[in-house]
Amino acid sequence: MSIPTVTADTVEHALSTPDTKQPYAELGLKDDEYQRIRDILGRRPTDAELAMYSVMWSEHCSYKSSKVHLRYFGETTTEEMRAKMLAGIGENAGVIDIGDGWAVTFKAESHNHPSYVEPHQGAATGVGGIVRDILAMGARPLAVQDSIRFGPADADDTKRVLPGVVSGVGGYGNCLGLPNIGGEVVFDRTYAGNPLVNALCVGAMRIEDLHLAHATGVGNKIILFGARTGLDGIGGVSVLASETFSESTGRKKLPSVQVGDPFTEKVLIECCLELFHAGLVVGIQDLGGAGLSCATSELASAGDGGMRIVLDRVPLRAKGMTPAEVLSSESQERMCAVVTPDNVEAFLAVCAKWDVTATEIGEVTDGENLVITWHDETVVDVPPRTVAHDGPVYQRPVRRPSTQDDLVADTSAMLERPAGPAELRETLLHMVSSPNLASRRWVTEQYDRFVRGGTVLAQPADSGMIRIDEETGRGVSVSTDCNSRYVALDPYVGAQLALAEAYRNVVVGGASPLAVTDCLNFGSPEDPGVMWQFREALHGLADGCRELGIPVIGGNVSFYNQTGTTAILPTPLVGVLGVIDDVRRRIPTGFGAELGETLLLLGDTRDEFDGSEWAHVVHGHLGGKPPKVDLARERLLGEILIAGSRDGMLSAAHDLSEGGLAQAVVEAALAGESGCRIVLPEGADPFVWLFSESAGRALVAVPRSEELRFTEMCSARQLPWVRIGVVDKESDAVEIQDVATLGLAELRSAWEGTLPALFD
Amino acid sequence: MTSRIGVVTFPGTLDDSDTARAVRAVGAEPVALWHGDADLHGVAAVILPGGFSYGDYLRAGAIARFAPVMGPVIDAAHQGMPVLGICNGFQVLCEAGLLPGALIRNASLHFVCREEWLRVENTGTAWTNRFDKDAQIVIPVKNMDGCYQAEPGTVAELEGEGRVVFRYLDNPNGSVAGIAGITDARGRVVGLMPHPEHAIDALTGPSDDGLGLFLSALDHLVSA
Amino acid sequence: MARVVVDVMPKPEILDPQGQAVAKALPRLGFAGVSDVRQGKRFELEVDDSVDDETLAKIAEGFLANPVIEEWTVRRVQA
Repeated sequence: MSIPTVTADTVEHALSTPDTKQPYAELGLKDDEYQRIRDILGRRPTDAELAMYSVMWSEHCSYKSSKVHLRYFGETTTEEMRAKMLAGIGENAGVIDIGDGWAVTFKAESHNHPSYVEPHQGAATGVGGIVRDILAMGARPLAVQDSIRFGPADADDTKRVLPGVVSGVGGYGNCLGLPNIGGEVVFDRTYAGNPLVNALCVGAMRIEDLHLAHATGVGNKIILFGARTGLDGIGGVSVLASETFSESTGRKKLPSVQVGDPFTEKVLIECCLELFHAGLVVGIQDLGGAGLSCATSELASAGDGGMRIVLDRVPLRAKGMTPAEVLSSESQERMCAVVTPDNVEAFLAVCAKWDVTATEIGEVTDGENLVITWHDETVVDVPPRTVAHDGPVYQRPVRRPSTQDDLVADTSAMLERPAGPAELRETLLHMVSSPNLASRRWVTEQYDRFVRGGTVLAQPADSGMIRIDEETGRGVSVSTDCNSRYVALDPYVGAQLALAEAYRNVVVGGASPLAVTDCLNFGSPEDPGVMWQFREALHGLADGCRELGIPVIGGNVSFYNQTGTTAILPTPLVGVLGVIDDVRRRIPTGFGAELGETLLLLGDTRDEFDGSEWAHVVHGHLGGKPPKVDLARERLLGEILIAGSRDGMLSAAHDLSEGGLAQAVVEAALAGESGCRIVLPEGADPFVWLFSESAGRALVAVPRSEELRFTEMCSARQLPWVRIGVVDKESDAVEIQDVATLGLAELRSAWEGTLPALFD
Repeated sequence: MTSRIGVVTFPGTLDDSDTARAVRAVGAEPVALWHGDADLHGVAAVILPGGFSYGDYLRAGAIARFAPVMGPVIDAAHQGMPVLGICNGFQVLCEAGLLPGALIRNASLHFVCREEWLRVENTGTAWTNRFDKDAQIVIPVKNMDGCYQAEPGTVAELEGEGRVVFRYLDNPNGSVAGIAGITDARGRVVGLMPHPEHAIDALTGPSDDGLGLFLSALDHLVSA
Repeated sequence: MARVVVDVMPKPEILDPQGQAVAKALPRLGFAGVSDVRQGKRFELEVDDSVDDETLAKIAEGFLANPVIEEWTVRRVQA
């Protein structure tokens, strides 16, 4: 069998043909960016170099529009906040010290556009990518979460996209053996045509096992291992192939879709962990977006020398690939390691045991450049930093949109509110069964939450909690949140509300917040109004983190989320990670764990309906100002809940957020299959008390024996509390005095019926 | 002497560490068995845990069934060694011909992860002697291909001989006659789709009902 | 009535984990000489004579296959 050899555009050839026209514009490079590459190299780039620069200087890889703003995270992180941080922004994922010698790493990443094109594979490879990021830190991946957003629940395209995304997230994560412990499913018309798929992974390691992506040590070998390299995800770069080689290879323009193979990734995880454990790895990098272009240039620029890569050694899956294609391929399930020469044999033996393909493709040199050869000819010779880190930086125009004033002025005050018990009852059932508040069971039942045997809390709990140490019971919990309607109304406050909610979801489980990650999904950075939303949200988040004393240790920016000129609602997803010294003292959500529980509502309830779920569901309205945010209060609430957990004073707790008290009561009653009696305070407006979305509140169930001790602690610490009812295990109804009595069966069918009716 | 129970790892096996934890929880010693090693290392019983061996890409369990370790497992099973197949392990036992029937895609066509009530109908096997007849237990199911199917004659035989060991109270996957688990004629080889190793502690599972299977094996080995 | 067979295969450039799993297993089972395997789907449709090729192509392209990652062929066979 003869494979046609592909003639490559070599450095020598580039020097002798300086005037060759190159398709840089099709590759997304601007005139001045192309000129800068020529200036850096002192000649025109080869096809392979052009492919590397264009993909590494893209918005996705270079953060060129966000870089100037992202610095603010560093500026607002104090030394005290850094104390437990072992790795931060700039590494594959941030790492935090959780005590007892354990380090935990977590990160979220978007895979939005691919999930619109091919929902199942797009979502699946999103999970695969974030899991490899965690693995590349030296950690064992332990759990995943997914925050997914779609157009209207009843839209035809949502019926195409949502089931595919859910089966992709589930299919990949289940096959990897990672429990899915939570997340979000949100519907809004702005996500039609641009769904959001943000996947998060948590991993843990002993502190001494932390690995960073550094290619140090002259003579050390570069080993590529995992799947073979094919024509996946090189739609963009195929323009080079079609221009130069289409006649010889007959290659048509390729789709940008990647197909995932979770089985290969599962084996790769076990193989990597065995390699780490045996001390056979100096540095490691996963191959994700931009493939080998990214891995080689990042490893080399983080090291202390140059690097030589023999590109024709890369095991290929497709015939006739060009060097540019090999460098740009986004084939999944691949890793790149730096290994000392005396460990290469042992390294390859571990790979052989796991039947993982591994190939030595190059070495660290004492030069300064990243030099890549193809059949003995040099096709790339570049300073690696210029590819990986010295990309263009834009100071994009930032302007508050002229429409913002009108949006803020259009409050919910004029909306008609339900009057009287019958209308309140109807509103409650309507809300509980609305797509954003209804049970996520249809989705979460497709995810394995039991595997690994360490899941202590999972959906529908407020946060996902896993045990890290089986001896001591030390564990972590994670919650990701964002109410993008609040962010649209006020990006600064909205981002702080997202942070506050994620923080609250962690503390209601009994864990202490330690660190933050984010996934900032916005429209086009070329729109000054979008950049204003971005800057405001980022500042709100950074300032909020400083106030709460927890650092942002990693994140991801996704721009260009829009359909035509309509941007998505700004969606700065915030993930908070907390630690709990013994998962046995976690606080569950459901009522009825103890005989005789009093229900307390902690925090202040105000008349706050702008941007609320009620305004959205009942009136299709969005306008006004988001609820007041008070981070000092959130912190106090957290301290009280953690103390309550530590001293065994709480038998259940549930965060109040979208849908307010009514939603929280219904969910906690159904989770515990236990009825309750709610008595609102004297003179309270039942509509406001049941549906307001004031922040900084939680519903707790306190065993009667602990009631006095707990309320005295709240009063002493000046946390407002009010007794709003009792749990009644014998009852099969939620009774709201003077308003309505709703049977648990009726509530369950309203709450659980919605998604199956839409998607089965 | 502690009873040694083998736990097999194929490439793509996921629940091996959970199964080993469950074995340890009842006081037995888990022994890791590697798919490529045709040696049972002197264990007294074998468990094939859940997962997606070889990605389950051809058919669930179809490739794992030919792994080197399966030779001695099949021989030992024929000689009466207790063998338990959980989920993917059940699929492997069916593909290997140690148990009749096959497991196909769930009726819903979705992966299903749920806490499921089961009735223990046969308490004479090596893996269920600790249960009361008709005990109702709650154990998680989580699978894509969990729908048990067999020819009518085979189902009639299983029912007639009392070889349906576990039956779903609320069938989650369309299995014929609500069958969740079956045994061979001698009561030594048992396969079930639900995951007892995920129900050994109410902290991380819905109950500790799953311990009963592992305790049963221990009793069987000690009394044998 | 006619029988129509629609074959759906992963596109050549698209990763096919299913086919790879089979290809890797064959040598272990002692079958040598098989260098590659690709796994697809075959649909058999019983259709009225009134259904034209264009409609069949729409069924294949728009429903049976995912044209982003799969290619398809349609052929009529004798019933």
